[in-house]
Amino acid sequence: MTSETDHSHGPHGLGEAVAARIERRWAALSIVIVGVLVCMAAFIGIHQATMPQGRVETADPTTLHLSGEFVESNLGSALEADGSVTVRAIGQQYSFTPQCLVVPADTPITIRATSADVVHGLLIEGTNINTMLVPGYVSDLPIRFKSPGEHVMPCQEFCGIGHQGMWGKVQVVDQTAFRNMAASKRRLTCVD
Amino acid sequence: MLINKRLILSHFWLAFIVFGAALVLGAWQMFVRSPLNAWHFNPEFYYRSVTAHGTVMGYVFPTLVAMGFGYAISEAALEQPLIGRRWAWAGLILVAVGSVVAMIPVSLGLASVLYTFYPPMIGNPFYYIGVVLVVVGSWIWVALMSINLAAWKRDNQDKPVPLAMFANVAGSYLWGWTAVGAALELIFQIIPTALGLTATIDAGLARVFFSWTLHAIVYFWLIPTYIAYYVIFPRAIGGRLYSDAMGRIAFILFVVVAMPIGVHHLFADPQVGAGLKFMHSVFTGLVALPTLLTVFTIVASAEIASRLRGGKGVFGWIGALPWKNPIMLATALSFVMLGFGGAGGLINMSYQLDSTIHNTQWVTGHFHLIFGGAIVIMYFAIAYDLWPHLTGRALDSLGMMRAQLWLWFIGMIVTTFPWHYVGILGMPRRMAFYDYANPAISPQAFSVTMSAAGGLILLTSGILFLIVLIRGQFAARGEAGAYRFAIPLHMPVRIPVALNSFGLWLALMIGLTVINYGYPIAQLMVLKGTSVPAVYVGAAR
Repeated sequence: MTSETDHSHGPHGLGEAVAARIERRWAALSIVIVGVLVCMAAFIGIHQATMPQGRVETADPTTLHLSGEFVESNLGSALEADGSVTVRAIGQQYSFTPQCLVVPADTPITIRATSADVVHGLLIEGTNINTMLVPGYVSDLPIRFKSPGEHVMPCQEFCGIGHQGMWGKVQVVDQTAFRNMAASKRRLTCVD
Repeated sequence: MLINKRLILSHFWLAFIVFGAALVLGAWQMFVRSPLNAWHFNPEFYYRSVTAHGTVMGYVFPTLVAMGFGYAISEAALEQPLIGRRWAWAGLILVAVGSVVAMIPVSLGLASVLYTFYPPMIGNPFYYIGVVLVVVGSWIWVALMSINLAAWKRDNQDKPVPLAMFANVAGSYLWGWTAVGAALELIFQIIPTALGLTATIDAGLARVFFSWTLHAIVYFWLIPTYIAYYVIFPRAIGGRLYSDAMGRIAFILFVVVAMPIGVHHLFADPQVGAGLKFMHSVFTGLVALPTLLTVFTIVASAEIASRLRGGKGVFGWIGALPWKNPIMLATALSFVMLGFGGAGGLINMSYQLDSTIHNTQWVTGHFHLIFGGAIVIMYFAIAYDLWPHLTGRALDSLGMMRAQLWLWFIGMIVTTFPWHYVGILGMPRRMAFYDYANPAISPQAFSVTMSAAGGLILLTSGILFLIVLIRGQFAARGEAGAYRFAIPLHMPVRIPVALNSFGLWLALMIGLTVINYGYPIAQLMVLKGTSVPAVYVGAAR
């Protein structure tokens, strides 16, 4: 099936020096390609502030329900004094709490979330909002929705045999509607 | 010269048998999660199957191919009988026993934790112990490759190490060191918890350890394929290797930069900070270099072969290549898949683009295209190339071999392209079923059906592959001659020490890993209150 050729010199007088020169040029071009890609990622990260969370925060999953920011009465969307919104949520086998998030459009939002048991994930379809929920740690993610609408929010990490049933929802409403809702309640969800 | 043919053949047969079994599971998974299947089945079977498919395809199959091919290279390239034959058999037995020990609890549904383990979910201890045995078996191979090279160097002090063996030993070191991450996770975290010695585990730390293994393991899978590009392909098509030195540089780059980049799997994780993620992202860019260099060298080698056959013109030479030769075909198809897969990889490497597709079906599509496609099609080519030398019988079903390779390629494209697409739509991975009646999910239904059809094509190709090999075992006897590797266009007479030995590169490999992993590991070990209760799976409730 195979054949063997045995020329002791290169064909057509292709010199070793020429071969090495072409090769060096290609190697240089490769380095430039990789360099450009890395610089692009760094530039966009700094320029558009799309960077992963800066520091590591912890939360004990065994006491989430007793104290701290992830007690049940504190979960959901909170309107902050500066007009931004903080959404707190937890993932557990096999649902999110709250199961449906309500947030305003065109507003800076911070999602703070963690897990009460195993590793979960949170992905909002139709957006690039995507984070892991690792028990013991807090995920902190700045997000913003352009326009009102509904999105599904599946758990994107295998979390046990009920994983396929772990789908939440996100309702994006316009700013005024959200402010009206926030006037009467401290923490908002679209579950109730 | 191949002496221990039975040893090598046993590795390959075991590899391809487990591959066939896992392929059936894969095709079944593609079907049950598609709209073709009604919902009435136990989702636990799906996760059981994914665990088995991933464990076999990720840990057992490529490891056996690398080991068997490694022994063949050691004997053929160094032209000396393998030192440590009994140890090699012991390694093979350990891998086989480990696989069985791991697969029993998985098939009983006692360890449906997927091959990525996912603590704090904890399955039956025997699953993890089996995986450790597989790794220990492969470490024997790592040691033997190093011992065989050292013995050859003692007797051939002024000669350059043959490229095939240089690359093979590079791959073995890469594996030896990258497996340490998962080994630390298993031995110090998961197995004690699975045995009930501890009740809590730091899931974040475990993910950091696993990422140390998770990325470079892909390069371990890749190295037999790259070796085949460099030392089988040019010879098989009647040409010469364009550059021996560039091959060495490519393999050295894999050894040095494949490891300290694994944190790009944790871009979306809360337990690692932004600075470290950026550093790993940059190193991930660097790992594209050896592939870019390889593509150039191998295409240039193909051009040499074509011009020797009378190929003319700027592009005309492409038509003059020996397209009927299965090795030619496999390499070309592998390159196409490597191109698409590599482009996808560059997308995964940047934090901004990754956040759109992280943990979606895109990722599964990506690594199936790269590993199942570009890499595994060359495992087929390696088997086709080696088989006559191992069995002493001709492998002459050339038409069937070509059909098999084309089917694998088509199957892989039909499976993975829609898979990437639904990932961009946001479809999460690793779910037993989807509610296609939901208007948010229904647009994904057609693509998933296509992927399932692709799975069937792949299964057909896999069956054909096994038929070709079985027919080869029963073909007429024929002497295949000595097993040789491609000769470079310019045979290196003297070679710099750096391109002929590993000391410096191993120091860099370990040093960079310590730098890039030392900080997050130390940080998480110091950080209090991060250990969380284990969640035992498969236990009676």
